[in-house]
Amino acid sequence: MLRYILRRILDLIPTLLFVAIIVFLVTRMIPGDPARVMLGPQASVTEINNLREKLGLNDSMGAQFIAFIRDLLHFDLGDSATYNRPVIDLIMERFPNTIVLTVFSLCISLIIGIFSGMISAVKKGTAWDYFFTIFSLVGVSMPVFWLGIMLVLFFSVNLGWFPATGIGSMDAGIVDYVRHLILPGVTLATIPMANFSRITRSSMLDVMGENYIKTARAKGVSGTLVVCKHALKNAMTPILTTIGMQISSMLGGAVLTETIFSWPGMGRLIVDAINKRDFVVVQGTVIFLAVLFVLINLIIDILYKVVNPKVSYVRGEK
Amino acid sequence: MKAEEPLLSVEHLSVEFISGKEKLRAVEDVSFFLKKGEVLGIVGESGSGKSVAVTSILKLLPSNGQLAAGKIYYKNQDLADFSEKQMRKIRGNEISMIFQDPMTSLNPVFTVENQLVEAILLHQKVKKSKARELAVQLLEVVGIKDAKQRIKLYPHEFSGGMRQRVMIAMAISSNPSLIIADEPTTALDVTVQAQILNLLKQLQEKANTSMILITHDLEVVADMADQILIMYAGQIVESASAETIFKNPLHPYTKLLIRSIPAANKKSGKLPVIEGNVPALKDIPKGTCRFANRIPWIAEDEHEQDPKLREVEEDHFVRCTCYQHFHFKEE
Amino acid sequence: MTAKADQSPNEGSQFFRKLFKNKLALIGLVFVLLMICMALFAPLLAQYDPNEMNIQQALLSPGTKGHLLGTDSYGRDLLSRIIYGSRISLIVGIGAVLVGGAIGIFLGLVAGYFGGFIDSLIMRFMDALSAFPFILLAITLMTVLDTGLMNVIVAIGVGNIPGFARMVRGQVLSVKEEEYIEVTKSLGAKQWRIIFQHILPNCLTPIIVYATMNVAGAIISEAALSFLGLGIQPPTASWGNILKEGKDFLVVSPHIAVLSGLAILFSVLGLNLFGDGLRDALDPKTKL
Ligand SMILES: Nc1ncnc2c1ncn2[C@@H]1O[C@H](COP(=O)(O)OP(=O)(O)O)[C@@H](O)[C@H]1O
Ligand SMILES: [Mg+2]
Repeated sequence: MLRYILRRILDLIPTLLFVAIIVFLVTRMIPGDPARVMLGPQASVTEINNLREKLGLNDSMGAQFIAFIRDLLHFDLGDSATYNRPVIDLIMERFPNTIVLTVFSLCISLIIGIFSGMISAVKKGTAWDYFFTIFSLVGVSMPVFWLGIMLVLFFSVNLGWFPATGIGSMDAGIVDYVRHLILPGVTLATIPMANFSRITRSSMLDVMGENYIKTARAKGVSGTLVVCKHALKNAMTPILTTIGMQISSMLGGAVLTETIFSWPGMGRLIVDAINKRDFVVVQGTVIFLAVLFVLINLIIDILYKVVNPKVSYVRGEK
Repeated sequence: MKAEEPLLSVEHLSVEFISGKEKLRAVEDVSFFLKKGEVLGIVGESGSGKSVAVTSILKLLPSNGQLAAGKIYYKNQDLADFSEKQMRKIRGNEISMIFQDPMTSLNPVFTVENQLVEAILLHQKVKKSKARELAVQLLEVVGIKDAKQRIKLYPHEFSGGMRQRVMIAMAISSNPSLIIADEPTTALDVTVQAQILNLLKQLQEKANTSMILITHDLEVVADMADQILIMYAGQIVESASAETIFKNPLHPYTKLLIRSIPAANKKSGKLPVIEGNVPALKDIPKGTCRFANRIPWIAEDEHEQDPKLREVEEDHFVRCTCYQHFHFKEE
Repeated sequence: MTAKADQSPNEGSQFFRKLFKNKLALIGLVFVLLMICMALFAPLLAQYDPNEMNIQQALLSPGTKGHLLGTDSYGRDLLSRIIYGSRISLIVGIGAVLVGGAIGIFLGLVAGYFGGFIDSLIMRFMDALSAFPFILLAITLMTVLDTGLMNVIVAIGVGNIPGFARMVRGQVLSVKEEEYIEVTKSLGAKQWRIIFQHILPNCLTPIIVYATMNVAGAIISEAALSFLGLGIQPPTASWGNILKEGKDFLVVSPHIAVLSGLAILFSVLGLNLFGDGLRDALDPKTKL
C-alpha cells in the first residue's frame, strides 16, 4: 500500500512539471511587454524597467524558468501589482470561500444525483425514470452561467427568497450565510448532479443484473435492502472514479458561478485579475488550481484503492 | 398405504417473457412433484427453460417475466398467491437456491462473514455474535478449513470450488426443506465438480432435505436423483424415475443425451454431440414436435401434431409419438 | 471494444435502424439540424441586419409587431441576432473540436503506436493539460491571446486535446494487438502508412461520437468566454455576448437573457442527445 502511494506520487512529478511548463510558457506568450501592459500606457520607462527587473523579465528564458520553479517550491507565486500583496495571500484569503461553495455543491449533487439515478434504475421504464432521465439530460447540457442568471431572475428578482449576490457573513448568523449559499450552490451543482444521476443509473442497471443480486433476493433480502446495500455499494465504484473529473469541472464552473453571484472566491479573483490585466495573479491562481486538481485525484485514487477490495485483484489478474 | 403428501407440487406451470409487444413462453405446462427427502433432477441443454422454471418457484423472475399459468403448491399452499412479503419468508428459509456461477454469485464488496451472517439473521432470531459463531460452524460443515480466519475474507480471495461451498453454506444456513441447485457444478473444474456433488448429496441425506438438481449433463444426476425430468424448449419431453430413464429411455432427446455422456463412450473415444441448438424463444415451432428439426432424418409424419405428454407405463411420461420410430443417425 | 470501420451494408442499415428507433436521438437530430439551418440560411431567415441599431425601438418585449422576440438595449432585433449568433456557435464549436481533435488524434496515434518513452512523455503532458479545468484553460489562453474568432477557436480547442489523445491511444493499443497490423509490419510497410491506412480507420467511429459530444462542450465554452467578455467581441452577435448584455437588463427586459440562454441550452442538448444516440447505435458497450 505504502509502495503504491509512493509510486503514484512519483508518477505525479512529470505531470506537475508539465503543468508548470505550460503555465510558464502561456504567461510568456502575452503579446508585448508584460510590464508595460501591467502598468498601463502612462507608465514611465524607469517604472517599467523597475518592474521588469523585479519580475526577472530581463533574464534569459531558462533562468526565468528555474527561478519560477524555485519560487513555486517555496509556495511563492509572486506579488500582485494591483493588490500590492503576495498572490499566495490573496489565494488563501479567497480559497476557503471556493471550498465552501464547491463542497456544498458537491454534497447536493452527490445526494440528489445518486438518489435520482437509483430511482431511475429501480423504476426503469416508468414515468419516474423518464422524468429523471430528461432532467439529467437537460442538466448536463446546461450553460451554468445562464442557469445562475435565471435563478437570480426567478428567486431573487421575482420571489425575493434569496439574495442575488454576495456572501453572507457568519456574524449575521448561519441562516443568512446559507441563504447566500443556496443559489450559487445549486447553480454549480447542476452539471455534476446530472452526471452523477446518469452514471448511477447506468451502473445500477448493470449491477442489478448481476448474479449476486439474485443470490441476495433468493436469500430473502427485501427489495429495498437489495438496492441500498447489495447494489449501491457495487454501483459506487464508477461514481467514485468520476468524482475527480467532476471536481475539476466544478472548479471551472466556480469561475463563472462566482462571477455571476459576486461570490468572493478564487473564480472571482481570476476574473477580476483578468479585467485588471494582473497576470501574476492569473498565473498563480491557475497553477494553484491545477496542482489542487492533481492532488485531489491522487487522494481519490488512494481512497478508491483502500475502499474497494476488488481493485488490486482485478488489476493483478489481468 | 396412504400416499405421502408431496412437499412441492408444481401444476401446469407456464412462464412468459414480455419482449416489446410480444409475449414469449419460456416454460410451458410443466408439472412435477417432489416428496420430502427426494431428489428431482431436471436435465436439458442450455436454453431449455430449466432456470426459468425453478426461479419462478421462488418468484424471482426478471422484471420482464411473469407466471402465466399454474399452481405452485408448497406444503399445500399455493406460492403463486403469495405476496412479496410472504415470499421473503420462504426464500432462503424454506426453499433456498444455489446458482451456477460461484464466481459471480457472491457479492464482491462484502466479506463472506457479512453475507453468511446476513442470511442467518434474516430468518433466525439470534444475536449477531451468535450468528457469527453459526456462520463459522456452517463453513466447517461444508468443508472449509480455518473457517474462523477465512470467514473474514472477501469472495475473490476464495477459489471457485470454495465459493460454491460458501454458497452451499448459505443455502443450508436456515435448514431449508428444499434446496434448488441450478447447475451447481457447471462452472467448476472436473475434479472439484465431484467434490461439490458429494457434499451436496451428503448434506441432503443427512438432513433429509428435498432437492431439485438442475444440470445439462445427465451424468451429474445419475446417482443422485430419484426422479428425472428431461426438458426441451420449455416443455417436459420425458419424465420418469432415474432408473427408468437410464434403463429404458424413450424420447429421442433423452437417448441422445445419454449417448453424449462421456463415460458411456469410453470405447469410441469420440463424443457424439447433438447437432443444432435449442431454439430461441421466438423461434420455437408451434403446434408441432419442438425437437423435430434436431432429428431431420426422422420423417415428418412420424411426429405428432401438437404433441402431448403421455404416460406410456406407470410413472413414465413421454411427449410426441416420434419416439416409436426413432433411430440414431447412421454415420 | 474495437470498432470496425469496414461495416458491412447490413451492419450499416442496422446502425440507422437503431439510431432512428431512439426517439431522444431523433429529437436531438432535429435540434441540431435546426441550428445548422439557422446558421446556413441566416441572411434569409433574419428579417433585420443583426447589428442595425434603432434606439427608439430599444428593449421592446417579445411579440411586439415586427420584432417577434423583441429588441435589445440598442433596439436591435433579438431574433435576428440569435439567428446570426448560431453561426458563431457552430463555427467555434466545430472549429475548436477540429483543432483539438486533429492535434489530439495525432498525439494519441503517436503515443499509442510508438509506446515507451514517447508515450509516457505525451501522456504526462496530456495529464498536465487536463489538470486545468476546461473553461479555465480557455480563459487563461484568451487573456494572453488577442480577441478574435480564430483565437477563441484555438483557446477552446486546446482543452479538447487530451480527451482525443487518450481515446485514440487506447484504440491504437487495442488495434495494435490485432494480427493484420503485425503482418503489414513484417512486410516492411512504412510506419506512417500503417498508422493512417490501418489504425486510424479503426478508431473512426468512437472519434465521431466523441467529437459530437465535444462540439456541445465547445459551444458552451464559447458562450462562457463571450459572457465573461473574453470571447467574441460586440457588436458581433454571439449567444454568449447577447446573454452578457441581457444580464444587465435582467429586471426590465428579462427576455434577452432568457431567450439567448435557451438557444444555447437547446443546441447543446440537441448535440448531446444525438451524440448519446450515435454512441448507443454504434456500440452500446462503448462508454465514453
Ligand atoms: N429475462 C429474460 N428475457 C427474455 N428471455 C429470457 C429471459 N431469461 C431467459 N430467457 C429465455 O428463456 C429461455 C430459457 O432460459 P433458461 O431457463 O435460462 O434456460 P436453461 O436454464 O435451461 O439453460 C431461453 O431461451 C432464454 O433466452
Ligand atoms: Mg440455466
